[in-house]
Amino acid sequence: MIHLEYMLIISAVMMFAGVFGFLTRKSTLAILLSVELMLNATDLNFAVFNRMLYPDGYEGYFFALFSIAISAAESAIAIAIMINIYRMLKNIQVDELEKMKW
Amino acid sequence: MDYSQFLLMHEELSLLAVILILFVADLFLCPDKKSGKGIYNTCLPVVLLGIHTALNLLPCSCANATEAFGGMYQYTPMMTIVKSVLSIGTLIVFLMAHKWLSRPENLVKQGEFYLLSLFTLLGMYFMIGSGHFLMFFIGLELASVPMTALIAFDKTKHESAEAGAKFILLALFSSALLLYGISLIYGATGSLYFDEISVLLDGSAFSIFGLVLFITGMGFKISLVPFHLWTADTYEGAPTSVTAFLSVISKGAAAFVLLTVFIKAFCASDLMYSWNTGLYWIIVASITVANLFAIRQNNLKRFMAFSAISQAGYLVLALMDGTAQGMTALVFYLLVYMVSNLGAFAVMTSVEENSGKILISDYDGLYATNPKLAFLMTLCLFSLAGIPPFAGFFSKFFVFMAAFKAGYPLLVFIALANTVISLYYYLLIVKAMYIKQPAGEAIPTFRSDNYTRLALALCILGVIVLGLGGVFYNYIDLFSYGV
Repeated sequence: MIHLEYMLIISAVMMFAGVFGFLTRKSTLAILLSVELMLNATDLNFAVFNRMLYPDGYEGYFFALFSIAISAAESAIAIAIMINIYRMLKNIQVDELEKMKW
Repeated sequence: MDYSQFLLMHEELSLLAVILILFVADLFLCPDKKSGKGIYNTCLPVVLLGIHTALNLLPCSCANATEAFGGMYQYTPMMTIVKSVLSIGTLIVFLMAHKWLSRPENLVKQGEFYLLSLFTLLGMYFMIGSGHFLMFFIGLELASVPMTALIAFDKTKHESAEAGAKFILLALFSSALLLYGISLIYGATGSLYFDEISVLLDGSAFSIFGLVLFITGMGFKISLVPFHLWTADTYEGAPTSVTAFLSVISKGAAAFVLLTVFIKAFCASDLMYSWNTGLYWIIVASITVANLFAIRQNNLKRFMAFSAISQAGYLVLALMDGTAQGMTALVFYLLVYMVSNLGAFAVMTSVEENSGKILISDYDGLYATNPKLAFLMTLCLFSLAGIPPFAGFFSKFFVFMAAFKAGYPLLVFIALANTVISLYYYLLIVKAMYIKQPAGEAIPTFRSDNYTRLALALCILGVIVLGLGGVFYNYIDLFSYGV
């Protein structure tokens, strides 16, 4: 059986790879992908804790399901806004989103 | 199944009814794009929301603290007060948005504005009533996803889309951190119910990491300082009425929820220390940094954004130690902050809609052309700064008193010193309106529409009555509870 620690290390690596991507990527779509990576890391966490530590209930699995659905809704609206920006600027690089500063 | 437990949720259900009625009304009564004629304009949503608020405030048979659906949903009478404050705030925002929604390009979209803001409000209701992390998270997202659509409401304007993009990306980021925190708390305790968590949580590194990530996620919603970077840009780019909604309603709801979750879930004494230390530095940073940044702004909406961040610092000051007195102070502060801030925003919206001006330097000589508006703006700004006869003084006083009693005199002193700085920058606007001579043309004299006047009247009434009557504070105090 795979130990709990290995699973948690994978999820932590996913989480912080997402944070790193969020801070360094220039394209808004890549930023969105990084955030999805972070959200998936949390889903993995919930599933792993449920499976390994508290196998009696299903709370963790259900939380993961709900969070997948909600993050899909959030990405949908984020992509809608990006399409709107693309129509105006013909570009979705974050460098272009600098009209308002300081 | 016991259907009577739905009665506990009567606030959510009546708001849902309002939303459904407006949804149908939007289909049949919305003004035609070509002729521009229609009856569905501000009046119906405002009346329905007014009825909803009045129903909330009616004494309910289930006036005691109880829970429904196995503890997923919890109710205390204090929640009714907070929900009513939020719905009155939304009502005022609807009133002040009238002129903006009457623009030709917005006329067909006005139904969407009402629905989206009411869904946001519904999300906040669920968040306030939650007794389980899943419920809390769904409420939080229901409050933030429609909010994004509202911020990007001006589809043809670059600023609006840019503000929406900045908001949604950072909202996603913060909710990912929040979820990670919740997952760690789940790992530490094996439960997601607040009641069970409060018993099972110990001061282990795991649970403290979870708590820190949780505060981070909520700090983003309340826009406290290390997590505030989205605020100014989003406030500037969003339509002014939406900015008003964002600065008062969503901030207030999140601050109250942070307090209730703390009282319900994180009240273990080992965690209390980490909680207070974290908040201590966040409060000091929020109040100070935001004040320093507010001084150098020229765009009034950006200025209000930084003012709102520093006000959020005062709001969170009431959370120290999670005392019952702190809760009373928080709700009273929220009520007063709502009327003062919405009053200032109502004046700004009116000026923007009638002259298209939003810079502080544009307000030079406003007193000469629009003396009444200038006077009302002054009252609201004095209340925000906390000058004695107005409500803002008392709300700040109660918050300071709560924090002082909890044992943080140094924190109160720093907050007091910052009040003086905030007085300086609020007076900059008063100076522009009353003393400065306009470099070019001053804002011409105009007459606001009746809805804006009603909104302003409600706000000013609140600023003056709340300042004079201590009844409200005592009334809120009856229902407050702490750790």
